[in-house]
Amino acid sequence: MNASKLLPLVALSILLTACGKDTEPEQYGSDPKLPEPHRGLLPTMKIASPAAWGDKRPKVPEGYSITAIATDLKIPRQTLVLPNGDILVAEGKGGNEPKLIPKDFIAGIIKARGTSDVPSGNRLTLLRDKDGDGTYKEKTVFAENLNAPYGLALVGNQLYVADQDALLRFDYREGQTKASGPPEKITDLPSMINHHWTKSLTASPDGRFLYVGIGSNSNITERGMSAEVDRAMVWQVDAQTGAHRPYATGVRNPTALAIQPGSGQLYAVANERDEIGPNLVPDYLTALKDGGFYGWPYSYWGQNVDSRVQPQNPKLVASAIRPDYSLGSHVAALGVSFSAPEMGAKFADGAFVGEHGSWNRDVPAGYKVVFVPFSNGRPAGPPIDFVNGFMDQDGKTYGRPVGVTVDPRGALIIADDLSNTIWRVTAAKR
Amino acid sequence: MSLSEHSYVPVVLADRPYPRLIHPLHAFLLAGTLTLFLGALICDIAYFESAEVQWKNFASWLIVGGLVFGGFALLCSVIDLFRHGGGVRRPILYFLLLLAVWVLGFGDELIHAKDAWASMPESLYVSAIVALLAILATGLGLSTLRTGA
Repeated sequence: MNASKLLPLVALSILLTACGKDTEPEQYGSDPKLPEPHRGLLPTMKIASPAAWGDKRPKVPEGYSITAIATDLKIPRQTLVLPNGDILVAEGKGGNEPKLIPKDFIAGIIKARGTSDVPSGNRLTLLRDKDGDGTYKEKTVFAENLNAPYGLALVGNQLYVADQDALLRFDYREGQTKASGPPEKITDLPSMINHHWTKSLTASPDGRFLYVGIGSNSNITERGMSAEVDRAMVWQVDAQTGAHRPYATGVRNPTALAIQPGSGQLYAVANERDEIGPNLVPDYLTALKDGGFYGWPYSYWGQNVDSRVQPQNPKLVASAIRPDYSLGSHVAALGVSFSAPEMGAKFADGAFVGEHGSWNRDVPAGYKVVFVPFSNGRPAGPPIDFVNGFMDQDGKTYGRPVGVTVDPRGALIIADDLSNTIWRVTAAKR
Repeated sequence: MSLSEHSYVPVVLADRPYPRLIHPLHAFLLAGTLTLFLGALICDIAYFESAEVQWKNFASWLIVGGLVFGGFALLCSVIDLFRHGGGVRRPILYFLLLLAVWVLGFGDELIHAKDAWASMPESLYVSAIVALLAILATGLGLSTLRTGA
């Protein structure tokens, strides 16, 4: 009802965000520089302005090539490469948070300009490259009528799908192009409000457990602490019984999970809090410790207390673990996948991270896929741009990367939820 | 007409039989402005005391209401500035008070848009100032032209 009255606010916020500067510090790795928190009367903003790719393509390193293997999808988020090379794409957009305060109306309008207006697909699409020539000519709907599916995992002949409100299981036979029946529900997942609705998923190496990432219900508890029960954590779910326990807590928004090959260690990328400055708080890649607490909401990057949370909890803050590796503030890491030697020598040991891109910065950050090099099983050295060109100098944005998946045949599959495209990056054949 | 021995106060009143009040709609808008901003202050005090975020949500909406009512009251005060023999005793002061209420109220709304406790304690101070200014504006706006007062 008051939306029209609030339009001047929108106009003013756009005007005010046109000025101001922020520099990008070296904020990568295990010991990022953290400035003092700062927030003006308005948060700094730069919203992506969407544009069609046309003849443009994302930029890849020399010796690599990129092709669009599927277009016109309905908000592709995460992908899974099946043993026979087929690719499953989870499509959808979730969240059912009511607009609670005037800010919700305005922020909703502003942020929506930087995203696709295609409706949520709520389905899984299967892509098949029958003759192995790198073009995926077959495209079928594997399952539909899902509820914002996001996380995908295959254990033997069981396909697990994390909807925004439930963990589901399909039977899967190699070569199947369509699910043989409706899914079985393993367990409900926390879905009240669902501010951060994406339920990320991966399976333990032995397939006994599933790990489900559940994001917080707010930026920084502005919906009250009662909305945060069972949020901002990673669940360990027993695949047979559906029983769960919190595996790691205080992770604001664990948007993608992956098991490190070899070690079997669970890794996550997580999105940290906004609105305390362009260089706070870094999103991160980290190995998750069983029982570990990672700070949210009381503190960030270890023991840095966030004074916006009242009442505070010094005891819990004292136990907060510093994440392993900073990806930089506001990059919005939404995908992670460990690499394989087939990706080429330079990118063989490490993890790819899909960065959806910032809103809470004057100088946008993210909007690319980076490679975090590993050495001796740990992140080592600054991230390397693997795919960029999603946003150009004047803010025109052609795509926004989400999920990344390494295809063991030597390709990286990237879901782009702005242009509704699946990209495939391959090392050029010799 | 100049005051002379022939013209005295009752004659002036004969031209205007009643001391003019502000228009009832104007008065309604003014009263609403005060009530809504006062409500916002009370909610801010409750939030400050309890850290229960719902009080802050209430305050945010009450301020929006205050801005809607106050915006129209401000418009009325502008019209009164140019109306000969308008209703308010000191129309420029009245206009400036309402303008201050609106501008500070708008700033207060932006402060309330900071997440969780980030709005404290600034929002409490600004809400108090806005409520005080709204009381003064309402007092001035609803006081009639009184002869000999």
